[in-house]
Amino acid sequence: MAELAWIIPLLPFISFLIIALFGHKTPGNGGKVGIAALLASFVLSLAVFVDVLGGGSAAGRFEWARVGQVSVQMGYQVDALAATMLVVVTLVSLLVHIYSLGYMHGDARYKRYYSILSLFTGSMLGLVLADNFLMLFIFWELIGLCSYLLIGHWYEKREVGHAAMKAFLTTRVGDVALLIGIFLLFLHTATFSFAGVEAQVAAGQLQGAALAAAAILVFAGAVGKSAQFPLHTWLPDAMAGPTPVSALIHAATLVAAGVYLVLRSYGIFAASETALLTVAWIGGITALFAATIAVAMTDIKKVLAYSTVSQLGFMVTALGVGGYTAAFFHLVTHAVFKALLFLASGSVIHGTGTQEMGQMGGLRSKMPVTFWTWLIGALALAGVYPLAGFWSKDEILLSAHDGGFTALYWILVIASTLTAFYIGRATLLTFFGKPRDKKVYEHAHESPSTMTIPMILLAALAVVVGFANSPHAGYWFSHFVYFDHPHEASSSSFVILWATLAWVVGLGAAYLLYGKSADDGWAKRLGLGGVWRVLSNKYYVDELYNGVFVRGTVALSRATGEFDKEVVDGAVNGIGALFRSGSGLLRRAQTGLVQAYALTLFLAVVLGLVIFAIGG
Amino acid sequence: MTISLPVILAVSAVMFGFGVYGALTLRNAIRILMCVELILNSVNINLVAFSRYLADPAQGQIFTIFVMTVAAAEAAVGLAIILMIARQRSHIDIERINLLKW
Repeated sequence: MAELAWIIPLLPFISFLIIALFGHKTPGNGGKVGIAALLASFVLSLAVFVDVLGGGSAAGRFEWARVGQVSVQMGYQVDALAATMLVVVTLVSLLVHIYSLGYMHGDARYKRYYSILSLFTGSMLGLVLADNFLMLFIFWELIGLCSYLLIGHWYEKREVGHAAMKAFLTTRVGDVALLIGIFLLFLHTATFSFAGVEAQVAAGQLQGAALAAAAILVFAGAVGKSAQFPLHTWLPDAMAGPTPVSALIHAATLVAAGVYLVLRSYGIFAASETALLTVAWIGGITALFAATIAVAMTDIKKVLAYSTVSQLGFMVTALGVGGYTAAFFHLVTHAVFKALLFLASGSVIHGTGTQEMGQMGGLRSKMPVTFWTWLIGALALAGVYPLAGFWSKDEILLSAHDGGFTALYWILVIASTLTAFYIGRATLLTFFGKPRDKKVYEHAHESPSTMTIPMILLAALAVVVGFANSPHAGYWFSHFVYFDHPHEASSSSFVILWATLAWVVGLGAAYLLYGKSADDGWAKRLGLGGVWRVLSNKYYVDELYNGVFVRGTVALSRATGEFDKEVVDGAVNGIGALFRSGSGLLRRAQTGLVQAYALTLFLAVVLGLVIFAIGG
Repeated sequence: MTISLPVILAVSAVMFGFGVYGALTLRNAIRILMCVELILNSVNINLVAFSRYLADPAQGQIFTIFVMTVAAAEAAVGLAIILMIARQRSHIDIERINLLKW
């Protein structure tokens, strides 16, 4: 069954073409075609997954191009990592497709939306199956393009267009680094394939500074895609897109592609201590940094966006401290519960027509299904036993602790506490307390079943999926997906204690501060007004980038523009003017009088003769 | 009686000088044409004289006949041009014929 895996990405690509070309003639204006293709892909992915469970695997490749001695291959490979990822991507994508039937109902560009959603899913699946860097990079750019198109879905609004461009350009910074990294690897190993590069690295073909540089450049690509510090600024702005898109692309799949890239090429990272340390610290900084910002956000989607950045930071840290399985397991559980949270927030936005939590409050009774599913997602994110987040986060803390990264361990514990706090705050502000905006409250209504059913399914998954890597299942997942050798999780009561303490303290503090009132003024009363201002301005990173990079680029272009206008154009015009004035002088010689010419001729001959006579 | 070479050359030089002066200063096109004939004929005298005193007589004389033929052709073309100018502009003042200029 696994050798049929290449069909999985093909189906969404076909549905993309059908919807884009003939969408208006198909039932449901294209939406149903996408769902049908995705359903088929999902079923096929499950079949492949089951096959891989039984020990199956598959790979296939063909020559795509030959340049001199270099043969460029295209191919797919199905292993435990890819098979799991296939199921996650097709599942979340399928649910988002269904959810969008309700959310995007009546949208002016419904057809465009579904076609690009299909294109995205196909590209993401292609990326998952790719067996070499080059193919991965092609799909990598395709999902970047789809992200751009979907963020800018409502491009009539100026800031939406800007957000789309920001996302595209910011990730592009990482993409360039990734491309250089791929070429650096190719330079030393003469192959693009993951297995080939890994084998060459293991053979010592590439080591020391060159290896570290290549690994860090590849990681820079992941930093861009997975919105790690310092390239994280695009993800919160990407929330300008439709909420289902945020759930699929900016929470569950596209942003996970960066982590997936590192997992795929983990061989080169494992061989370089420097690279691993860089990865670990970038992840740790991001996890804490984004979690603190999420605390001060008032827009429900912005809270989730910074939460995503922070959770991706957890995964990246896990990669850096050697927690290969832990990182991937968190990727899977996060995909489930963060997609759930986004869909639930979309349901809230759909029902109330606002994203500002300040205008919500008391929605619990108005939107019961949304409330309960959100609550499950929120508790899973906070890491409450026995939901998904508990198991995966515990795993990450454990690998940091066991790896001897004490500082990073405490950073992650603090970030976990903040995670519980901000999600508790968002829950209390949205669903509890008194309605703060009467109009919004009265307008609020529960969403249609096309939206609630995907949420319920994801909520159910958020409850059970964590058990895959729990002692109750004998740490099954650790034996399924691993690097080199299975890493038996040695549960440490110290880590579990702190992980539990983190969510208890976080949620407790949220309840104390927001249980009675929906006021952010407590920070000022505690003398933290300045800190709060910095947080709600996201540490002024956007302002800094705007000042340094945007203004700098504009100033540089102005300067070069002036140089072009004044110096280059000036030189060209100067030469023209020189000849014009020179010829203006010379043409006076052309009098039109024959005798003047004859006189000149005569004098010239005389002069010649004189010179001839003197010169002998 | 033989006239010495320098005397002949002097006469031809004077003729040449008149010719050049006239061609450069006169305004009437016909007169200029006549001055040009004067220049050519001064050259002819030189050729004949040199061939008589210095070299094989035939060479210089044949060359002179060539020059006279060319001069005749030149006069014919020149007079035709002057005739056309006279018909078009009803004057042949060379200083007023200056179309070919900047």
